[in-house]
Amino acid sequence: MSVATLDLSRIAPAFADPVRESQAVFREVMECMARPGRITRFERAPQAPTGLSKAAGAVALTLFDFETLVWLDPALADSEAEAWLRFHCGCPLTRNAQEAAFAIVTDMAKAPSLAAFNQGDAKYPDRSTTVILQIASLEGGPVVTLSGPGIQTTTDIAPQGLPQDFWTQIETNQAQFQFGVDVLLVSGDQLLALPRTTTAQIKGG
Amino acid sequence: MSTPVPARANAPERYYNYAYLDEQTKRMIRRSILKALAIPGYQVPFGSREMPVPYGWGTGGIQLTAAIIGPDDVYKCIDQGADDTTNAVSIRRFFANVADVATTEDTGEATIIQTRHRIPEKPLKQGQVLVYQVPQPEPLRGLEARETETRAMHAYEEYGLQYVSLYENVSAYGRIAATAGYPVMVEERYLMSPSPIPKFDNPKMAQNEAVMLFGAGREKRIYAVPPFTRVRSLDFEDYPFETQTWEETCALCGAEDSYLDEVILDDAGDKMFVCSDSHHCAERREAGHVGPMAGHTLDQDAALKEPAQ
Repeated sequence: MSVATLDLSRIAPAFADPVRESQAVFREVMECMARPGRITRFERAPQAPTGLSKAAGAVALTLFDFETLVWLDPALADSEAEAWLRFHCGCPLTRNAQEAAFAIVTDMAKAPSLAAFNQGDAKYPDRSTTVILQIASLEGGPVVTLSGPGIQTTTDIAPQGLPQDFWTQIETNQAQFQFGVDVLLVSGDQLLALPRTTTAQIKGG
Repeated sequence: MSTPVPARANAPERYYNYAYLDEQTKRMIRRSILKALAIPGYQVPFGSREMPVPYGWGTGGIQLTAAIIGPDDVYKCIDQGADDTTNAVSIRRFFANVADVATTEDTGEATIIQTRHRIPEKPLKQGQVLVYQVPQPEPLRGLEARETETRAMHAYEEYGLQYVSLYENVSAYGRIAATAGYPVMVEERYLMSPSPIPKFDNPKMAQNEAVMLFGAGREKRIYAVPPFTRVRSLDFEDYPFETQTWEETCALCGAEDSYLDEVILDDAGDKMFVCSDSHHCAERREAGHVGPMAGHTLDQDAALKEPAQ
């Protein structure tokens, strides 16, 4: 991977108050991870560079640093988004999905399957990748019913722009617990979480 | 009820980062919390830091609180159920100082409740986070000293040893003798220590509405139970799980269904039983509930005099 010098004049600003804002973003992400299917908005998050949604940017600024190897969608290679992440998060990037702690997928058509990412170790399942999937919308798509820890009975979501076989991948991912990736679906300034414990059922499917 | 935070005298010269921990440490803890929630009951290793209190005083819980707390939170801290014990008071004051949060004793209005060894009597609700201080996160440690082995036992769900231990209890005492830190199964997959809460509180963990986070500072582990998660106390078909019960009621508020502490009153062995959850008891008394010893005032002068011969 080329490590070009950063052109600082082209790097957009991040959180104005990194301490308070990252705390506020984290609490929302935590609530979402604890309650799969719950949608949150990061209205006050800074505008992320082209190609990256506000929500993906906010999560990156909150959780990425020099300790986290990040798999960035090849569509964003050498982009302003890449420079923005390198500058603000200081995160090392990787092309090897197997070793990534986090992944940002923006081009769903060319995205590797969830199984291509790190699934964790039997003794250390926490080492699996957290995959941030940037999609068209979290609402208005085909209805999917979720159940599992964090959900009282069931909850419905309707994300748009996911590939055909996505829910089959989620099913496989859930079935191999304690292994598996944890997914954050983002769109614009919205986010919802699908941890590996969540079971998804396509309505009428 | 909540105490507003006075303006900081030293506002311009803050000696510590907000909530004491530096931002990189918070990010590391936050990543561990997310993985802990994604794998309920699994112990996530984390880089536990030196805290300004000794190990055993709640360093794990303090680090969890520091990583999640924000200025809009209302913070409550209890030790054995009580808001007014030394450990609880000093930790509460610590966060009022370093995180500029409002503090409270009211279980209902708190957004973060840090606890040592109890779950409040009042049911928790959505939006609340219960942070447990954990001395020993590994339920199997008493049976197997090696971390490499216990980790493998969790990895391959080898929990036979735990059941043997419970069976030995039954054969030796005729019942499962554990009363605190009674092991639980989370989502029928991970064996978990509920921290040394009395087994009386174990049923409250199941299907709880709040997010429950567990932090062990010395042992460097974080684990979690998301809301609405199955938590089952281990037992046998012929020796089902039972919680403690008392013949007495709370001497102050008359509660029949709360966890009671036994308090010895004098050298003659007189005693009283009172709610261990101090806010629950106070709230009941305010609502007009009266226990057998309520209204009794101590004669201070008599108490200070030499005991009558």
